[in-house]
Amino acid sequence: MKFNRNVLPNKEEKKGLFKKIHLSNNIGDFVFERLTLLFAVSVFLLVLLMGYEMYQSSKLSIDKFGLSFLSGSTWDPVKEIFGALPIIYGTIVSSVLALAIALPLSIGVAVFLAELAPSWLEKPLSFLVELLAGIPSVVYGLWGVFVLVPWIRDYVEPYLSDKLGFLPFFNGAPYGFGLLAAVIILSVMVLPIITSITRDVLKSVPAAQREAALALGATRWQAIKIVLADSRSGILGATMLGLGRAIGETMAVTMVIGNRALISPSLFDPSYTMASVIANEFTEATSELYLSSLVELALVLFVITIIINGLARLLVWSMDRKWRRG
Amino acid sequence: MKEKGFFYYRKKAVNYLMIFLSFAAALAAIIPLAFIFYYTVSKGAQYLNLSFFTQMPKPVGETGGGMANAIVGTLILIGIGGGIGVPVGIMTGIYLSEFGNKKFAAVVRFMADILSGVPSIVVGVVAYTLIVVPMKHFSALAGGVALAILMIPTVTRTTEEMIKLVPQSIREAGLALGIPKWKTTLMIVLRTAWKGIATGVLLGLSRAAGETAPLLFTALGNRFWSTSIGQPIASLTVYIYDYAKSPFEDWNNQAWTAALVLILLIALLSLLFKIITRSKYKTN
Repeated sequence: MKFNRNVLPNKEEKKGLFKKIHLSNNIGDFVFERLTLLFAVSVFLLVLLMGYEMYQSSKLSIDKFGLSFLSGSTWDPVKEIFGALPIIYGTIVSSVLALAIALPLSIGVAVFLAELAPSWLEKPLSFLVELLAGIPSVVYGLWGVFVLVPWIRDYVEPYLSDKLGFLPFFNGAPYGFGLLAAVIILSVMVLPIITSITRDVLKSVPAAQREAALALGATRWQAIKIVLADSRSGILGATMLGLGRAIGETMAVTMVIGNRALISPSLFDPSYTMASVIANEFTEATSELYLSSLVELALVLFVITIIINGLARLLVWSMDRKWRRG
Repeated sequence: MKEKGFFYYRKKAVNYLMIFLSFAAALAAIIPLAFIFYYTVSKGAQYLNLSFFTQMPKPVGETGGGMANAIVGTLILIGIGGGIGVPVGIMTGIYLSEFGNKKFAAVVRFMADILSGVPSIVVGVVAYTLIVVPMKHFSALAGGVALAILMIPTVTRTTEEMIKLVPQSIREAGLALGIPKWKTTLMIVLRTAWKGIATGVLLGLSRAAGETAPLLFTALGNRFWSTSIGQPIASLTVYIYDYAKSPFEDWNNQAWTAALVLILLIALLSLLFKIITRSKYKTN
C-alpha cells in the first residue's frame, strides 16, 4: 500500500513530532505526579511531626517525672506535682462503660438495618443514625448540662442509690455532674460510629451464608447469628474505633463529668478524662512545667488512639479482604 | 406428620424476641436524637431574633446582644481550614488512586486513617505548639490550621474512593486522544468524580464548623469584632461552651440559640453544596 507522502509526516518528521509532544506531556506529567506525591508525603510527615512536636514540648515534664507521670495519683497544679493516674482511670472507666452500653445497642441497630428492615425504612433510619454522628460535640454537651444532668440528678441517681445503694458504684450524693452523665452521653456519641461500620460489615457477608442457614431450616435469628459470627473481627474493629472515639471525646465529657482528678468506685462522683483536663486547664497553665505536663497528656492520648485505631483498621481491612478473596 | 415439639416453639420464640429487641434498639437509638433536636429547636428558637445576627455580645450583666462576630468568625475559620485542608486532601487523594506505588500508598492511606482517629483536642495542642508558641499569641490562623488537619483525612479518603469509581475506560479515552495524564486526571477524571468529592469536602467543612476543642487554645475566642487572621477570633462553638458554663441565665439561653444557628449553618452549607453540585445536564 502506498501512502500519500504529502499528507503524512515521514519517519524522521514523525520521530521529531512524537518527541515534542512526548516531552511536553512528560514535563506536565512529571510535575503533576511529583506535586501529588509531595502532598501525600506531607500527610505522612504531618503525623510524624505531630508526635515529634508534642514530644519536644513535653520534654520538661518527661524528664522531671518519668514513669511516675503515669503512676502518680496526685494531680496538683499548685504544688506542681503531676501524676495522671486518676485521669487515666477516669478516661478508661468512662469509655469502657460507655462501650458496654453502646455495643449491644449498636449491634441491635446494625442487625435491624442490615438484615431486617425493609429498604423503605432502612434508608431514613440510616440517615437518622448518621445525623446523630453529625451533631457537634459541644451541642451534646449543652444538652447534657441542661437536660441530661438535671434528669440524672433528680431521677436516675436517687432511684439507683435507693435500689442499689449497697453497691459501692451507686453510692454518694446525687450531684448530677459526674461519671454517670459522661458515660451516658459518650454511649450516645459512639453508637452511630459502631452502628454504621457494623452495618457495612454485616452487609459485606455474602447472601449465600444466610441462604444456606435458612435452607437448613434455621430461623431468621439463627441465620443472623451465623452472619454475626462471620463478622466477628469486623465488629471488633468497629468497637475499637468507637473506643478510640470515646477516649478522645472532649467537649461533651468536659461539660458533664465534673472535672476532678479523683479515683472513686462510685459512678455518682465527679471524674476527669485526659481530653477534658487538657481542654479545661490548658489556657490556665501558668508555669512551663504545668503546660509541658498537659502536652505530655496529649502525647499519651495521641499514642493510645494511634494504637487503638491502627488495630481497628487492620481488623476492618482483614474482614474486607476475607470475602473479596472468596 | 410429626408433631411440632418444644424445641420448635422455643426456636420460634427466641427468633421473635431477638427481632423485637433489634427493632427496639433501633428505636432507642433515635430517641436521644429526637430529644436533642427538640431542645435545641424549641429553646434556641425562643431567643432567636435579628439582633442575634447583627449585634455584638453584650458585656457581663447586660442582657440581649448577639453573636455577629462569632458567626463571621466561624465562617472565617472554616474558610482557612478549607483553604488549606481541601487542596491537600484532594491532591493526596489523587496520588493515592492515580499514581501511588502500592506500598507507599498503603502507608499514606494508613496514616490518613490514623489521623482521622486522632482526638481533635490533640490536634489543638499541636497547632498550639506549632503556631501559637512561635507567633507568641493566639490567632485565627492557628485555629484554621487545626481545622485543616482535621479535614484532611476525610477529604483524602473520599477523593480517593470517588476517583476510583471513575471507569478506567474514561481515562483510556482521554489518553487515547493524546491528552497528557495530568490533564486527563484534572479535566476528565476529577470532573467526573467531583460530585462525590464535593460531598466529602462538605462533610469535612461541616465537621470543622462543629469543632470546639481544637479552637479553645488556638483561635481562643474574642468578644470584639475581628476578621484578622493574626488575631484571636470568636466562633459559635466556643461561645456555646463558654455560655453554657456561665451562671447567667441569659447567656445560657443564648448558648441554645447559638447551637441552633450552628446547626442551621451546617444545614445551609449542605444545601448550598447540593445546589452547586446539581448537574446542568441530565446524566444516566
